Amino acid sequence: MTQLATLPAIRTQHPVTQPVRRRRRLGPGKQIKFGASIGPVLLLIAWSIGSATGWLDPRVLSAPWTVVTTTGELIADGRLQSNLLTSAQRAFAGLGLGILLGTVLALLSGLSRLGEAILDGPIQIKRAIPSLALLPLLILWLGIGESMKITTITLGVFVPIYIHTHNGLRTIDSRYVELAETVGLSRWEFIRRVVLPGALPGFLLGLRFAVTAAWLSLVVVEQINSTSGIGYMMELARTYGQTDIIIVGLVLYGALGLLSDGAVRLIQRRALSWRRTLAD
Amino acid sequence: MATHTGGLTLEKNKGRGLTLDQAVEVRGLTRKYDDRAVLDDLDLSIKPGEFVALLGKSGSGKSTLLRALAGLDYDVVGDGELAVPANVSVVFQDSRLLPWARVLDNVVLGLRRADERGRESLAEVGLAGREKAWPNELSGGEQQRVALARSLVREPALLLADEPFGALDALTRLKMHVLLRKLCAAHQPAVLLVTHDVDESIVLADRVIVLDEGRIVAEEPIELAEPRSPVDPGFAAVRSKLLDALGVSL
Repeated sequence: MTQLATLPAIRTQHPVTQPVRRRRRLGPGKQIKFGASIGPVLLLIAWSIGSATGWLDPRVLSAPWTVVTTTGELIADGRLQSNLLTSAQRAFAGLGLGILLGTVLALLSGLSRLGEAILDGPIQIKRAIPSLALLPLLILWLGIGESMKITTITLGVFVPIYIHTHNGLRTIDSRYVELAETVGLSRWEFIRRVVLPGALPGFLLGLRFAVTAAWLSLVVVEQINSTSGIGYMMELARTYGQTDIIIVGLVLYGALGLLSDGAVRLIQRRALSWRRTLAD
Repeated sequence: MATHTGGLTLEKNKGRGLTLDQAVEVRGLTRKYDDRAVLDDLDLSIKPGEFVALLGKSGSGKSTLLRALAGLDYDVVGDGELAVPANVSVVFQDSRLLPWARVLDNVVLGLRRADERGRESLAEVGLAGREKAWPNELSGGEQQRVALARSLVREPALLLADEPFGALDALTRLKMHVLLRKLCAAHQPAVLLVTHDVDESIVLADRVIVLDEGRIVAEEPIELAEPRSPVDPGFAAVRSKLLDALGVSL
């Protein structure tokens, strides 16, 4: 009580001349418009200035405008399209097979103890070995043709799909299993109504990793004894010292990676719309 | 002592057969966790259409009894006989709706060509028009109403409810009491409601059973006029009897 009474007296001793200090915000602050593009644009400007002033030797790095005209030429003579098509076919074939393999293995190992006992160990071992380290063996077994390339991509893709789907499956709340029992769901209905939708968030997260893994494996297999594809185009350019074509290839890989990740995120938003009320 | 599969006879009464006159028949039911008897030689019968409330402190064995009747007690050590109808529905304390299935799909989960019945059931609990909503878009009370619709659309002969209103706020709970009475009057299932709320048990039940350390220590038929109100002297008398049995002296 006494403290309360003295408060007004203290206040009069500090007149309003001292401005009220605004509390500093600890967060990063407001969002900047087109923020994501500022960094890349700055990089592009620095590159342009470097090339224009001759500070960047074209043998080290071609000028941005050279890259643009080279892209035009590559499109005009059809090399870009045909190589891109070959690469995309490889990536999608490997991705599709890997998704199928990873999902089936995750279901087998997630829904049965026996399946887990048999499958999980070998897959964890495979996971510890980088797919690319298997390449010498795969070349001996399958040669240097398409089957080796697609197999390598598949092996890189199925692991993240398996890991995340299996994890999603195993973290389904046991209360839902109990519910399924009380309403008398059959095994198949249980898988369709509870297991698959419950594991979908995990599967889609795995898919994002898988897509990245597919492009990554693609880059490597295409630079080994290839006769077509973006990687081959870049390898050839290296032999002739054409940095502009190498950069076209790099930009393509980057664009493909970004696009496919965006596509998976779109699928994620659509498929998991029931979560939107919580997450978005 | 015997395991569930070994010594326990769990007989499902397919329509008519074993127990014509009773919806639930339990004899000498014993359940043990770590040699501590949670249910101790328990006998209980519930008539068709009868509403029985089961009161008890936490750890008195009420949920264990309900889970035994629901057939959800695997790997539990126990003994005894029980007979329940073939068609049993369970309402849990949480609504337990599948978050990835729309409301109507939750209601008809596991049923074939039941969408029309599901809609009617939703209308009955006052949620007509919310068929396409996601469970997360509903309030707690609404979610529990969907759970009730999911149970009743199966036209159960026995409805088991494990503290179904325990997680709801007091006002919503009162509304749910009215709704549950209305639904039970319409569908006439036998009901076993587990609760720790004495007033709730008196308002809803035809008979209240008090469980303590795995045994029935009190049984009280409720014969109060409708609507049952806590200001009724008869209500207060029953309540003090039940509180006594629960070991709460006022």
